[in-house]
Amino acid sequence: MSSNSPDRRLSVAKTYKLYIGGKFPRTESGRTFEARSHSGDLLANLCRASRKDLREAVVVARKAFPGWAKRSGYNRGQILYRIAEIMEGRIDQLVNEISSQGVAQKKALKEVETSIERFVYYAGWADKYAQIHGSVNPVSTSHFNFSVPEPMGIVGIISPNEPSLLGLATLLAPALAGGNVVISLVSETRPLAPATFAEILHSSDVPAGVVNILTGFRKELLSDFSTHMDVNAILAADLSLKERKLTEENSALNLKRVVHLPAKAISATDNPGISPILSLQETKTTWHPVGT
Amino acid sequence: MSLSATLANSPPIDSVGVAERVARFSTRSIKKSSKMEALKLALSMIDLTTLEGKDTEDKVRRLCYKARHLHVDLPDLPTVAAVCVYPTMVKVAREELNDCGVKVASVATSFPSGQDDLSLRIQQTKGAVRDGAQEIDMVISRGRFLAGDYQYVTDEIVAVKEACGEAHLKVILETGELHTLENVRKASDLAIHAGADFIKTSTGKVQPAATMEVTLVMLEAIRDHFQETGKIVGMKPAGGISNSKIAIRYLVMLRETLGNRWLTPKLFRFGASSLANDLLMQIVKQSSGVYQSSNYFSID
Repeated sequence: MSSNSPDRRLSVAKTYKLYIGGKFPRTESGRTFEARSHSGDLLANLCRASRKDLREAVVVARKAFPGWAKRSGYNRGQILYRIAEIMEGRIDQLVNEISSQGVAQKKALKEVETSIERFVYYAGWADKYAQIHGSVNPVSTSHFNFSVPEPMGIVGIISPNEPSLLGLATLLAPALAGGNVVISLVSETRPLAPATFAEILHSSDVPAGVVNILTGFRKELLSDFSTHMDVNAILAADLSLKERKLTEENSALNLKRVVHLPAKAISATDNPGISPILSLQETKTTWHPVGT
Repeated sequence: MSLSATLANSPPIDSVGVAERVARFSTRSIKKSSKMEALKLALSMIDLTTLEGKDTEDKVRRLCYKARHLHVDLPDLPTVAAVCVYPTMVKVAREELNDCGVKVASVATSFPSGQDDLSLRIQQTKGAVRDGAQEIDMVISRGRFLAGDYQYVTDEIVAVKEACGEAHLKVILETGELHTLENVRKASDLAIHAGADFIKTSTGKVQPAATMEVTLVMLEAIRDHFQETGKIVGMKPAGGISNSKIAIRYLVMLRETLGNRWLTPKLFRFGASSLANDLLMQIVKQSSGVYQSSNYFSID
C-alpha cells in the first residue's frame, strides 16, 4: 500500500496532558516541551507544568488524603492490583512509547513487565506491612501499649528519568500501598509512558487526587516540591548530588522526610522490598489503660 | 422619593450582560505588590463570623482572640473589621474586644429566617445594641417581599433602623431566596430607600449564598443611588467566599463599579470565616515565596 493511497488513514496523535485531581488538564502556564525520538523526530508535545500546577495538585491531594488513608490495607491492595490488571492490557502501548524514545524493544518490554510486577508485589504488602512493623510494647504500668505505622500524607515523588516507567512504578506503588497520596514529577527525558500511565490510574479505581502526575522540568520544579509546606515527604531515586543538597536543605523548612532509594532499586533485576513502604510511615504509639 | 417611585425606577436586569461583565473581572491580573495590597485590604474587610447553634462563649472568645492576633509571625497585619455573632454572644465579644478597634456585629431580627413578630425582632435588635453591638445585620421578610408586600418590608427596615440608634445597620436580602436578579435589584433599591447603611447578600444559611452576579447587581444599585442622591451605602457579600482568589475578584469588581472611595472596610465587608486563613496563607506565601500549609495556621 503506497503512503498516499486513499484508504491509508491519517493517524490521530495523542495530546499528552497533566493528571491532577482525577482530571487531565493542560498546564495553567500554557507552556509545552517536546518529546523526541532517538533519531530526533518530534513524537509529541507535553505540558511543561508550572509551580501553580503543583500548588493545585497539592490542594486536591490534601483533600484526597484522609479518605485514602482510611481505606483498609486490603482495599488499597485490591486497587494496586487493579492497576496491574489494566497495565497488562496496555503493554503494547507502553512498550511502544518507551522504545520510541530510544530503548530497545526487548528491554522496554522487560521494563513494563517489571513495572506490573511492582504493583502486584506491593498490592500484596498493603494489608501486611502494618502487622510486621506494628508492635505490642512491654511497659511496666498497667497499660496495653501498641505501635502502628500510619501514612505521612502527601509524598512528592521525583520520578527517575530512566527507566521512566519502572522508576515511577517502583516509587509510586509502595507510597500508595502505605496510604499516602502522591504528586509525581515524571521523567523529563522519556515522559510518554509515564504520562500514559496516568490514564491507567484513572481507570483503576484510584480515587481522584490520590495520584497526580506532572510532566515538566525537574530543574524548575524541584525547589517548589521541596519548599512546599504542605508536602510531607520527598521520594526519589536518581537525584544528583546538587539536587539532593537542594532538596535536603529546602525540606528542613517543614521537616519533610527525604527518602532517596539506591539506584539498583529501580533496576529490573532488583526488588526494593518492604523498606520503601516503611520509609513513608510515621509510628503512632497508643497507651491504653487496662486492669492488672 | 416615595417607595413606589423608587421601585418604579428599578431598572430591568440583563442577566446575560451581568454574567459577561462578571467574567471580565476574573481576567484581571493582580500580581506582586498590588496583590499584597489587595490581600491585606481584603483581610481588613472581613467580618469574622460564627453563627452556629453550637456556638459557645469559648468559641466566641477564641474567635475574638483570632480577630486581634491574626498571625503572630506577621507583625504588620491589619486586624479584621468586625466579629459577627448571635445576639446572645454580643456581651462576651464586646468584653473580649473592648477597645481594640475591631467592631462587634450581631445578627438580629430572628436571623436567619426572619419569621417572627416584628415587635420581637425589634426587641432583639434593641437588646443586641444595649449589650454593645456596634453593627446590626438584619434579615428582611423574604416571604412578604416575594408576595409583593414591599411596604411591609420597607417599614420593617425603617423600624429596625430606628431601633439600632447609633449602630450601623446592614440589611440582608438573602438573594438565594429572591430567585431573580430583578428581585435582587428591587430589594436593594428598597433597602437603600429605607435607610440601610450596608446591603448584604446572604445569611450564609441558604444556597446559593453570595455570587459575583448578585453582588454586581447590588453594587450597581448602590452606584445609581449615589449618583442620584449622593448618599453612600456600603456592601457586604457573605457566604461562599472562601479563598483569596475569589476575594480579589470581588475587590476588582468593587473598584471597577464604585471606584476607590469604596475600597475601605467602612464601606465594604466580606462575611466569611475560612477566608481569613487563606488570605493569611497567601500573604505568607507572597512574603516568603513558599507555598503554605494550613497546619501552620490556627484552626478557626
